[in-house]
Amino acid sequence: MFFETAKLAWRAISRNMLRSFLTVLGVVIGVAAVIAMVTVGNGTTAKVQAELSRLGTNTLFVRPGQWGPGRASSEAKRFNDKDVLAIQEQVTGLRAVAPLNRGTATVIAGGANHSSSVIGTNNDYLIAQDWDLSLGRQFLANEDRGSQAACIIGETVRKELFGATNPVGQNIRVSNVSCPVVGVLAVKGQSGMGDDQDDTVIMPLKLHQRRIGGTTTISSIILSAQDGVATTKVQSDVESLLRERRRIAIGREDDFSVNDMSQIAAAMTGTTVLLTGLLGAVAAVSLLVGGIGIMNIMLVSVTERTREIGIRLAIGALERQVLTQFLVEAVMLSIFGGVSGIVAGLALAYGVVSFLGVPFVASPTIILLAFAFSAAIGMVFGYFPARRAAQLNPIEALRHE
Amino acid sequence: MTLPPIITFRQVSKFYGHGEATIRALDHIDLSITAGEFVSIMGPSGSGKSTAMNIIGGLDVPSSGEYLFQGIPTSGFDRAQRTLLRRHMLGFVFQGFNLLARTSAVENVELPLVYRGMDHRERRKRALVALEQVGLKGREGHTTQELSGGQQQRVAIARAIVTDPAVLLADEPTGNLDTKTSAEIMELITGLNRDNGITVIMVTHEEDIAAYGKRLLRFVDGHLASDQAQVKEHDHVL
Repeated sequence: MFFETAKLAWRAISRNMLRSFLTVLGVVIGVAAVIAMVTVGNGTTAKVQAELSRLGTNTLFVRPGQWGPGRASSEAKRFNDKDVLAIQEQVTGLRAVAPLNRGTATVIAGGANHSSSVIGTNNDYLIAQDWDLSLGRQFLANEDRGSQAACIIGETVRKELFGATNPVGQNIRVSNVSCPVVGVLAVKGQSGMGDDQDDTVIMPLKLHQRRIGGTTTISSIILSAQDGVATTKVQSDVESLLRERRRIAIGREDDFSVNDMSQIAAAMTGTTVLLTGLLGAVAAVSLLVGGIGIMNIMLVSVTERTREIGIRLAIGALERQVLTQFLVEAVMLSIFGGVSGIVAGLALAYGVVSFLGVPFVASPTIILLAFAFSAAIGMVFGYFPARRAAQLNPIEALRHE
Repeated sequence: MTLPPIITFRQVSKFYGHGEATIRALDHIDLSITAGEFVSIMGPSGSGKSTAMNIIGGLDVPSSGEYLFQGIPTSGFDRAQRTLLRRHMLGFVFQGFNLLARTSAVENVELPLVYRGMDHRERRKRALVALEQVGLKGREGHTTQELSGGQQQRVAIARAIVTDPAVLLADEPTGNLDTKTSAEIMELITGLNRDNGITVIMVTHEEDIAAYGKRLLRFVDGHLASDQAQVKEHDHVL
């Protein structure tokens, strides 16, 4: 009986193929938009997360202020050399403690100049951020102390300033600081956020503080736990040490944060939840419009087929059976819309994703949801016309022309 | 023990409208039809013959009085029960054939069986038998548009009898057909009554068509003006 009904519904739909297609276009577009946006969004998130996890889950970021959406960190006190020293001496289980100051400066060598990100840190930064050197060496102890200038440059900077020649041993000028290149970083490429990680110049913190930043403070600290050491333990050790050093009374909130990558990733996804919500609202509106389209055409269909309905009622179709017939037709229509929308959305997403160079991550949840939702649309908006059909008076319906 | 009549009207009335404008389509009709009868109903338009047919067919309900089917009062029936009465006991043939457009003959005939939930193969088998019975063997696959008026009415008759109904209700079955085709259709209906024992109730406004019935009812202004037995000419011939 169900198969029978489905066959009938299909016949009614295919008889007016163009009309059926136009009817469900609203649903198609709504579903396609949602699927495409969610899939592209997932791909971007996946890329960011892959990037973050490559940095290691044993990496902790210590920053002043609370970090996350809606939190201002500019007011909080920055760190200093003694904080770094205290962490190095008092927290166990760390393999790298890297202070980090960051700025942007014009880098000049010979006739070429290039604007690049300039980082002041120590050799631990290379460990914590998993950087290898393709040429040269790390900083020496005297360079680290700031008594001798030295720079390690990223591949992009090397290419821009030196072309084919070997930069090691040559001088560059970073914001009027003359600085010999001692090493070149191995290529890393783009980050998940889309910026060029190789476009960087690394120098000892002291040099950066004095000559670039004009400060004695430190804006953040990157920690890397030893293998087998729980980051949660390191995290709480660092937190209690810094609370003590920053004299935060018991019961007061931290004015700094220690986060690992997964927490930062979670905070980032937190912002996308809002976007997803908005997206959902847009989708709901477009599906509502699509549903009204289906209801409209089903009402037209019921009127057109009044006589047919009369015949069916006269020869023994129950109200329920006529209702089911029209309901199945509406649901079938909207499911066609939903499925076409899913296919179109995935195709669109595939195109966009290829263009952006992020992975194609189709979410089965959203696909199932879109499918279920489109079926529900047919059910809800098909019910009224179907009921109207089922409740027709057979005598009048048979007279209808 | 005698079986109750298949159709009984007890003081059946049907009114339309209110107050001054009330139309008495049927005015206290008493009627009884026994299984196996062939009843012709005649009367000018507005005489109540179609209303009577609709009530017999369970498509309409009396305003007052009682309609009994096989001795069972139907006044308590809801819409679904009346549908089931039609489905299991009645077959309909209409003036305008009322076949589904763009649908093959055999599918049209199968339709009442679909609603009975009969499985596909059994349905097809019975539909083909019914089509053969009305002389349409070989035209099963033709769609409604590909058939002549007479052939369409044959399909409609096959659809009405495929469920083995107790009563065949024919509303102006020859109204849209020429004389020769009308005679063929009437022979078919007469045969169903004679050979299969199907009770036939037929509304018509043509005397020669009404003459095929064994009993003639005449309706005038909602009243039963006459009710007489008829002897068929060809019964004498045979």
